[in-house]
Amino acid sequence: KEMTVRDALNSALDEEMAADPNVFIMGEEVGEYQGAYKISKGLLDKYGPERVVDTPITEAGFAGIGVGSAYHGLRPVIEFMTFNFSMQAIDHIINSAAKSNYMSAGQINVPIVFRGPNGPAAGVGAQHSQCYGAWYGSVPGLKVLVPYSSEDARGLLKAAIRDPDPVVFLENELLYGESFPISAEALDSSFCLPIGKAKIEREGTDITITAFSKMVGYALKAAEILEKEGISAEIINLRSIRPLDRATINASVRKTNRLVTVEEGFPQHGVGAEICASVVEDSFAYLDAPVERIAGADVPTPYAANLERSAFPQIEDIVRAAKRVCYRSVPMAATA
Amino acid sequence: DDSTTITIETSVPFTGHNCEPPSRSIDTTPKELMTFFTDMALMRRMEIAADSLYKSKLIRGFCHLYDGQEAVSIGMEAAITKKDCIITAYRDHCIFLGRGGTLLESFAELMGRQAGCSRGKGGSMHFYKKDACFFGGHGIVGAQVPLGCGLAFAQKYRKEDHVTFTMYGDGAANQGQLFEALNMAALWDLPAILVCENNHYGMGTAEWRAAKSPAYYKRGDYVPGLKVDGMDAFAVKQACKFAKEHALKNGPIILEMDTYRYHGHSMSDPGSTYRTRDEISGVRQERDPIERIRKLILAHDIANEKELKDIEKLARKEVDEAIAKAKESPMPDEPELFTNVYRKGYGVESFGADRKELRATLP
Repeated sequence: KEMTVRDALNSALDEEMAADPNVFIMGEEVGEYQGAYKISKGLLDKYGPERVVDTPITEAGFAGIGVGSAYHGLRPVIEFMTFNFSMQAIDHIINSAAKSNYMSAGQINVPIVFRGPNGPAAGVGAQHSQCYGAWYGSVPGLKVLVPYSSEDARGLLKAAIRDPDPVVFLENELLYGESFPISAEALDSSFCLPIGKAKIEREGTDITITAFSKMVGYALKAAEILEKEGISAEIINLRSIRPLDRATINASVRKTNRLVTVEEGFPQHGVGAEICASVVEDSFAYLDAPVERIAGADVPTPYAANLERSAFPQIEDIVRAAKRVCYRSVPMAATA
Repeated sequence: DDSTTITIETSVPFTGHNCEPPSRSIDTTPKELMTFFTDMALMRRMEIAADSLYKSKLIRGFCHLYDGQEAVSIGMEAAITKKDCIITAYRDHCIFLGRGGTLLESFAELMGRQAGCSRGKGGSMHFYKKDACFFGGHGIVGAQVPLGCGLAFAQKYRKEDHVTFTMYGDGAANQGQLFEALNMAALWDLPAILVCENNHYGMGTAEWRAAKSPAYYKRGDYVPGLKVDGMDAFAVKQACKFAKEHALKNGPIILEMDTYRYHGHSMSDPGSTYRTRDEISGVRQERDPIERIRKLILAHDIANEKELKDIEKLARKEVDEAIAKAKESPMPDEPELFTNVYRKGYGVESFGADRKELRATLP
């Protein structure tokens, strides 16, 4: 059986709202419009305007209201139409949500989910194309989840809503319409994935490739190409950026001795940089080659199709880097 | 008799915006008058003592004192219950005390000790008392206003008959997110009462230099407002009672409390470069909230000068004892560095400055 990521998210929301009357959705166009990306479709009809709350375009205000309601026992799911708009509200995500449990020595926990599409979409220019994985991933007190497949979307969103701490849930607009096979187990309303655990999407022996969100699909396609060339790639779907599953990543690298990280975010201080540091710290002696990073270009996202393509990782970039790390291709500089 | 009814008038009439203001006349009892005096004297003494502790370097970082503004907390508490929520900014010591927090918890928190209300992990700006619906203690100017509207959202969501008092200063009154939250509170009839403690200076900026209209009770436009003498505990009580009834029926309302802080903005501010000493001493002489109650007690022969002095002496003694106890409380244990990062840490590793030397499993 197959399911789109959109339906996976929608059904997860529906089930968690049915299970717990304290769960509610709030955001721009989540109700009458049925969700800017239709993730909340049908929920207004089912749960009414008290639990599916349309807001004005005031992110700082409604993010703060959401956090306040979580202080007092509700379990809000705050939708940002895209995570770019969460910048208007980042103070509430970090200062009001992430730090309260610590500052109050455990008195005030904040069971809230901030969710919405993250990362570059297609042709929407610089202000609407950015990955916030590294931004939120750097903040203690937050949990940051990054689903790839429909199973991820269902299991992680349900885990996020049930979690007693603030969770930033980074979806990808371009994956919403994609269908993935889904097991009967994952369709059960009790299904839930563990937070902080990566998933080995494909086992391999020669090189480890880490990726999250849309890039997992790219990495899997790269692995197919690499296989034809005799390179066995192990693909790790991070699922969680914070906590980061350092154990799974390091165990894999200790087996393959090589690592390429893939992300759409900016390279500097990125998720790949953190993974690289973790491997250098814990598994340096196991490395047979320098770690390489594939990431978004270090520029604001351009509009023109050709430039936009050049600004983000493509499958061939992953293949090329993997071959370099396996010493199966000559670095460009050496041929020049 | 403690329960004799005494009818008094508030210092000045209320001024309403889009609402009919409540009466100036309010009933009280000798018991309430004595409680107001005792509680305010204790708050005043606590803040004066915090000033000394800061100067002797036992309190670190920021420390914002409430002396002068006591009537706001006292009057508000007299009108509401502990099921009603309060949230405020960083000038929070006395709000915590008003909610039933103890002197020991306050001083220990100020000194970063285990016995503190946040076990030493919050500091001066981050006092909380969730069991009495006090939600902090917030350091980012204005951010507590949407948070307070969120508390009110939860109250309405659960169909409770309780309200939230969300407090902010005249400085925060210009923050954009305040208007965002107020708009939603009004759209959804949230039981939110925005309490603008107008002490007339946002740090060192006089209200008229920061606000085109410093009539904060009118700044909600479509939201009703009331201007209140925040130096008069009875006016505050009357206004809060009125506001609670209004909020439960009609949604948000703004209370502008005309008040004054005797101290500077924080301990690094002598409080004298942007206002005159005459202004400060003038307020002390003419509007002091404790002196106002003292005069009422004396005028009604409820207690004499000496008895009131004894109450102040007792406050001093209680404060001194709490400080002594707080000093005995140890600093937090080192492993506390890694507790409370999450409610549920999943046993994930977290790292200290030197991760090879210091790491912990998050509970």
